[in-house]
Amino acid sequence: MFEIIAHEITDTLVITKRNLLRYVRLPRLLFFSSIQPIMFLTLFNYVFGGAIGGGGHVPGGKYINFLLPGILTQVMLFGAVNTGIGLADDMGKGIIDRFRSLPMSRAAVMAGRTTADAVRNVVVAIIMFLVGSLYGFRFLNGFWNAVLMVAIMVLFGFAFSWVSAFVGLSSGDPETAQLASFMFIFPFTFASAAFLPTATMPHWLRVFADNQPISLVANTARHLALGVPIARGTIWHLFAYIAGILVVFVPLSIQKYRSKA
Amino acid sequence: MSAFEVKNVYKYFGKTHALDGVSLKSEEGKIFGLLGPNGAGKTTIVRMLSTLSKPDKGEVYVLGMDVTKNAEKVRRSIGLAGQFAAVDEILTGRENIEMVGHLYHLPRKEVKKRAQDLLERLNLAEAADRPVKTYSGGMRRRLDLGASLVVRPKVLFLDEPTTGLDPRTRLDLWAIIRELVQEGASILLTTQYLEEADELADSITVIDHGKVIAEGTSDQLKRQLGGDVIEFQLSNMADREKALRSMDEIGSKKADFDEETLMVSVPVKDGSKILAEVVRALDKARIEPASLSLHRPSLDDVFLSLTGKKTDTTEPSKHHSKKGRG
Repeated sequence: MFEIIAHEITDTLVITKRNLLRYVRLPRLLFFSSIQPIMFLTLFNYVFGGAIGGGGHVPGGKYINFLLPGILTQVMLFGAVNTGIGLADDMGKGIIDRFRSLPMSRAAVMAGRTTADAVRNVVVAIIMFLVGSLYGFRFLNGFWNAVLMVAIMVLFGFAFSWVSAFVGLSSGDPETAQLASFMFIFPFTFASAAFLPTATMPHWLRVFADNQPISLVANTARHLALGVPIARGTIWHLFAYIAGILVVFVPLSIQKYRSKA
Repeated sequence: MSAFEVKNVYKYFGKTHALDGVSLKSEEGKIFGLLGPNGAGKTTIVRMLSTLSKPDKGEVYVLGMDVTKNAEKVRRSIGLAGQFAAVDEILTGRENIEMVGHLYHLPRKEVKKRAQDLLERLNLAEAADRPVKTYSGGMRRRLDLGASLVVRPKVLFLDEPTTGLDPRTRLDLWAIIRELVQEGASILLTTQYLEEADELADSITVIDHGKVIAEGTSDQLKRQLGGDVIEFQLSNMADREKALRSMDEIGSKKADFDEETLMVSVPVKDGSKILAEVVRALDKARIEPASLSLHRPSLDDVFLSLTGKKTDTTEPSKHHSKKGRG
């Protein structure tokens, strides 16, 4: 029993290392996954920022303070999409077949990918904080809450990586995996509290937007980074989502990997 | 115990019958050649034997173990390499082999040593620390083969390992495959090249459209077409009668004569033994042939007569598409 668990862990580490080496050897991967959110951050901040203004309109005073946690939420989701694309790519190149023919853990190929993408998300988050600080972003709630914020965001991204893993293994090629993922990510990120307060949305949309996981993450992040108040139970609501996603999609992905004919 | 066995296996992909009741069996320590055109079902068989897919009907065994029930144990004793060269392009050759070694849960030191040994043996030592994307096609295949050899597998599945390689690289791989068998491995080799099956395999099974259409040794398959033919060309028409008469007792059937080319064809049972007799008989009859040669029917002829198709119709590489069902 001990040996089995040890192998699950070492196999996952071996695959994680392999996937992280890709980011080290191909720095452009990291560059392009940072450039897009930096663009979003810049455009939203200077295009919407003026109209929304500071002061009482947004929690946290300045729009950049409100915006950055939202953009980071999107970064986590986009990072998750890479999980599926990477797995679909490996499948097309036959590497997944090699792994499947080895006496290794049946979860490690996905767990190693989702873990590597979580590490990558931490790096991109740090880059975003650096760029954000140039635009005037400041943590207002202390160092440890900032760390906790990153941890919760990365955990959220990790959960979505497993959804993406399932999508990637099911779709079979990188292009389909990407299209399939963005189809649900875009409406979800915009119909949320990620970029703008939900107060002005029509009632029906607001009910949806306030309760979907992306808003919960963005609001939790703002709470931790800026100390702005949030609805009671938001964090538990969010953890329930994360747990739910993992409970459903970890076994589904493993099943998909096992049965790939 | 057999190295592997496939018992009356069926596999469907939608309406396609990829395998339509296939049975095969190979002894340990032999090279089993699985020959067939693209889409015949070769890859499907390899995928089942290497635990990657399951039969819809029938049984598959490796070293006496039922593959669907003991997949984990089977995986510890097999190696898989093939036309798709499943290696990571971003990693170096050494990192690729070491990664596989770690995934077999070998001790760290052993992984390092084994990787170095294999890289040297496969003539990749110099390129070992370069990313695989800088490798040539032949180097990738050798690395892919190396990755499958990390644990010294008892049974090795090689799915068209030489498809698309240049002749020299192919010869290199052949030499390695022969060595592996000498060291005691059992090998399933799929190929579309008759020459390759002829050269390497102890026994050959020909499949087409998911069915076994012939099996035996290379010689047995050739014999199905009849024996060899000895041909010689006369230097003048006057020798015709003399020549044909002298061949009466030698040929297994009556000799043929082509008036245009002055060529005499003598069907014989065992060409290489009888060739000397032909020379002596011609000498005795004082006939000096302009040319003399021995023809054995090639596996190509066998294949043509079995399937009505020529082989060696290599499709462009399928690297990045979804897996073929070859």
